[in-house]
Amino acid sequence: MHTVTATIIKDLKILIRDRMGLIMMFFMPVLLVIVITSVQNSTYELINNNRITLLADNRDKGPEGARLMKAIEKIGMFNILPSDSTGPDDEISIRMHAKDALVAIVIPADFSSSIQNRATRIANRALQDPDSPVLKKDLSTGQTDSLLMYYHPVMQQSFRLSIEGALHSAVQVMQGEAIVRDLYHAINNKSVPPDLEKDILFGQIPITEIPVSRTGSRVVPNASQHNVPAWTIFAMFFVVITLGSTMVKEKSSGSFLRLKTLPSSYLNALFSKQIVYVLVTFLQAALIFAIGNLLFPHIGLPVLHLPNDIPGLILVTLVTGWCAASYAICVGVFCNTTEQSNGFGAISILILAALGGLLVPAFAMPANFQRIMRISPLHWSLEAYYGLFLEGGKLKDVLTNILSLAGITICIQLLTLYGLKKKNLI
Amino acid sequence: MSIPAIAIRSLSFSYPKQEVIQFKDLNLEVEDGERFGLFGPNGAGKTTLMNLMTGLLQYKKGSIRLLSHEISDHAKSVNKLFGFVPQDFSFYPELSPDENLSFFGAWYGLDQHRIKKRTAELLAILGLGEVGNRMVHTFSGGMKRRVNLAIGVMHQPRVLFLDEPTVGVDVQSRHAIIHYLKELNQQGTTLIYTSHQLEEAEGLCEKIALMDEGKIVVHDRLGVLLEQHRQEGLEGLFLGLTGKHFRD
Repeated sequence: MHTVTATIIKDLKILIRDRMGLIMMFFMPVLLVIVITSVQNSTYELINNNRITLLADNRDKGPEGARLMKAIEKIGMFNILPSDSTGPDDEISIRMHAKDALVAIVIPADFSSSIQNRATRIANRALQDPDSPVLKKDLSTGQTDSLLMYYHPVMQQSFRLSIEGALHSAVQVMQGEAIVRDLYHAINNKSVPPDLEKDILFGQIPITEIPVSRTGSRVVPNASQHNVPAWTIFAMFFVVITLGSTMVKEKSSGSFLRLKTLPSSYLNALFSKQIVYVLVTFLQAALIFAIGNLLFPHIGLPVLHLPNDIPGLILVTLVTGWCAASYAICVGVFCNTTEQSNGFGAISILILAALGGLLVPAFAMPANFQRIMRISPLHWSLEAYYGLFLEGGKLKDVLTNILSLAGITICIQLLTLYGLKKKNLI
Repeated sequence: MSIPAIAIRSLSFSYPKQEVIQFKDLNLEVEDGERFGLFGPNGAGKTTLMNLMTGLLQYKKGSIRLLSHEISDHAKSVNKLFGFVPQDFSFYPELSPDENLSFFGAWYGLDQHRIKKRTAELLAILGLGEVGNRMVHTFSGGMKRRVNLAIGVMHQPRVLFLDEPTVGVDVQSRHAIIHYLKELNQQGTTLIYTSHQLEEAEGLCEKIALMDEGKIVVHDRLGVLLEQHRQEGLEGLFLGLTGKHFRD
């Protein structure tokens, strides 16, 4: 125990005196979490609170084009920028290249007549004979010019689909409105009263979003709840850069040679290193969570709500730190140069993070990747953190994840032991 | 008859996955309390032999006994009997000499009281008392060599292996180191020393062995060898027995 204590003190002193190392281990992860959360939060804000600029060219002179513009405005998702329909054809393209807007729609000149014709044909079919083959054919052959939606290639598919969905709803509302008007007129021989029209078209049953929570909490998870735990894990595993290269340097140093001739086992040094770096990773996580909880609201980011089960949070953090330290030591044992350990360490953590669902959510991954992700310790750690942070779970709810993470850690330790023996280091 | 400090019998060794046999049937004995020098050109096998004697390399054929304990099946308890001062600086430059000695003292199995006492003693003897709390990376080469030596003798070993302990140091540091080594020897520590500083070696070693191509060429008292080979100094003896051609 005396040797272990002396080694812990030695490692802590070396660590504290390495200012660059401290910056790498504490400042950089905090910066990473703040940047990622800010970026993700702005994406969330863009979709939910901020408005996407939409360049709109209404070439229709009739009432339906104007109605569609109003319906789009009503969605609340867009900041509409009118485009001059009398301008040159490539005006939209020029303005989009100038990034005035990343998305644009063109309402064709015959939009009103097409909508009205279609509504009249549907109303006729509904009132006369819905099964009439003539009326059916008449409806299906009625040609309508499509709405054109231009998008900038930098716009990701998920954004594009959201916008397309919103535009579809607006068109649907428009079409519904026209059909209701025609039907009402055909039945009552007068125009539909505005309040009834509103009730028919917009009196939809509301959808209330409820996040599933083990505590029954209805707090909607924000960007911080999603991103802070995920990127904290990433930062903890990035200790591979510091510890991995320390291991490589120590292996090739004279001090290691001397340690091998001393009466104590080198395994004591590795055990001590694990204790020191578990402490380091624990402090990293504590610092990041504290910043998320206390500082984020002051810098315009959503607050990170800590889980109710703090002992559970501590245990998940300690096991994650143990796994991260074990992985770094393993990389340090097998690599021969710091270039190897830094390169392999960084890229392997990125791969494990991608596999583990940190970069793309696990549910969005293909089926075969959902099986492979189980080998990534970051996956189990993320699942455990999400269980606590997002689902309001307790230790018992994430115990399986913790045990899986501990199992992977033990495998890494055995691999390290094999490497130490193979390389005649113990 | 006293137990030899080192007794090597019929030692054969080659590095794994290498065809070249480093040692074949090598025999060597170093008496307890002796100041013994192991010399030879580069590649002669001195460092390999030193590493085998300190347990850094494993051998399969033959025997190396340190104070009658077989090195190959030694456990860590045998390591308490010897100290090692490698040619490379073997300490943590980010720590002070005081902190280095505390750390290595713990690894030697010394208790806190003894660590403190030995640290104060060694720092004073080796002229590091006033810089005991300064980081070693700020030291000169000579001071670093003295720290390197202090760590190797922290636990007062019975046998001390020294691999080029004075390389790259000034005259003052060399003098202090050699003087201290002689003092240690007078207190009963066997010195097993290797160096290319032949003049220094002449003043330190009582008995020497000259190695070349994995073999012991000669092994006797220095005075006897000089007389036998009609040489005035170790350098002449060295060149006479190993030739003048480059080995690396």
